[in-house]
Amino acid sequence: MLELLPYLLSGWVFLVGCVGLVRSRNLVHAVVCLAVTQSATYILLVAIGYARGGTAPVFGDIAPTETVVDPVVQALTLTDVVVGSTVTALLLALTIQVAKQHRTIDPDEIGSLEEESKE
Amino acid sequence: MPRLRVALTVVGVAGVASLLLAAFLDLPDFGSVPHPYGARAVEAALDQQTANAVSSVMFDQRGMDTLGEEFILFTAAVGAMLLLRRLADETEADRLDAHHLGAGVFEAVRLVGMLMFPITLLVGAYVVVHGQVSPGGGFQGGVILASGLHVAYLAGDIPVLRRLRSLTAVDVAEAVAASGFVAVGLVAMAAGSAFLENVLPKGRLTDLLSGGTVPLLNVVTGVEVTAALVLLVGKFLEQGLLTGAAHEDSDA
Repeated sequence: MLELLPYLLSGWVFLVGCVGLVRSRNLVHAVVCLAVTQSATYILLVAIGYARGGTAPVFGDIAPTETVVDPVVQALTLTDVVVGSTVTALLLALTIQVAKQHRTIDPDEIGSLEEESKE
Repeated sequence: MPRLRVALTVVGVAGVASLLLAAFLDLPDFGSVPHPYGARAVEAALDQQTANAVSSVMFDQRGMDTLGEEFILFTAAVGAMLLLRRLADETEADRLDAHHLGAGVFEAVRLVGMLMFPITLLVGAYVVVHGQVSPGGGFQGGVILASGLHVAYLAGDIPVLRRLRSLTAVDVAEAVAASGFVAVGLVAMAAGSAFLENVLPKGRLTDLLSGGTVPLLNVVTGVEVTAALVLLVGKFLEQGLLTGAAHEDSDA
C-alpha cells in the first residue's frame, strides 16, 4: 500500500483538478484548476523516477558510483513545467479577451449570452 | 449546478479513478531500483563530463527536444502578445504617474525591493552559468532573472519599469536567443557531426567550463526564458494601464 501512495496522490490531485474545472464559475479559477490537474503529472513523473536511498542526479559533490534518482523523468518534468506555464499564460490572455468581449468570465453566462444574441 | 452535469461528473471521475488505479497497480513499486533509462543517462552524462545529469539529458542527450521546448516558449510569448495587443478603442491611461509608478508603495517594501533586485539578478546569473555542475540551468535561472526585474517593478523602481516597457530590446533578445540555440546545432553540423551534437571539448567533471555545448545552450536558454517572461508579464501589466470602451462600461 505504501508503495502505491505517491501514485495515488498524483491520481487524487488530477481528479481534484478535474472536479474543480467542472464546478468552475470563473475562467481564472478554471485556469488554476487546469494547472492543478497538470501538477499531478509532476508528482507522477518524479515518483516513478525515485530510487530508494537515491539522491539528486548531480555529481558536483558526490561520487559517480552513488545511487541517484532517474534524471530522465526529471528532465521530462522540467519540460512539463515549461509547457504548463505557457499554457497558463495563453489561457489567462484568452480570459482577458473574453472579459473584454463578454464583460463576464463566468463560463455559463458566456454560453447564455450567445443564445440571447441569436434570438 | 445542473443535475445532469453532476451525474456526468460523478460517472466520469469514478471511471477515470478506476482506470488510474488499475494502471498504478501495474507500475513498478515506488523507489524500486532498476531504472534502465536513468542508469544509461547517468552513464552518458558522466562520459560527457556533465556533472548535472538532468542538464546533460536536457541539452545534450535530447537537445532536439529542448529546442522544441524553447520554441514552445517563444510561440507562447508571441501568442500572448497577439492576444493582448491594444485594441482600436483602447488608449493608454494618463494616470501612469500617480497610480503605477511607485506612489503608494510602502517605504519598507521599496527598501527590500532595492536590496533584493541586484541579489536576485546575481543569483539568476549564477544559476544559469552553473547549470552543468549544480542543480539549475537556463530555464530555472531565466525565471529567477525575470523575477528579479519584476522585483524592481514591485518596489516602484521607475527607470527599470520604463525600460522594461520599451519591449523592443527584449523582443529582439528573445528572437536572437531562440535562433542562438539553432546556431549551436548548426555549428555542430558544420564541424561534420549531427545537428546539436556535443562537439566542443568536454573539460573535466565539476569544472565550470565542462560538458561541451551544455553551458552554451544553458546561457542561450537563460536569455530566451528571461526575455519571454519579461514580455509575457509586461503584456499582462500593460492591460492594467489600458482604458477602453469595454472597461468604461464595466465601471459604470
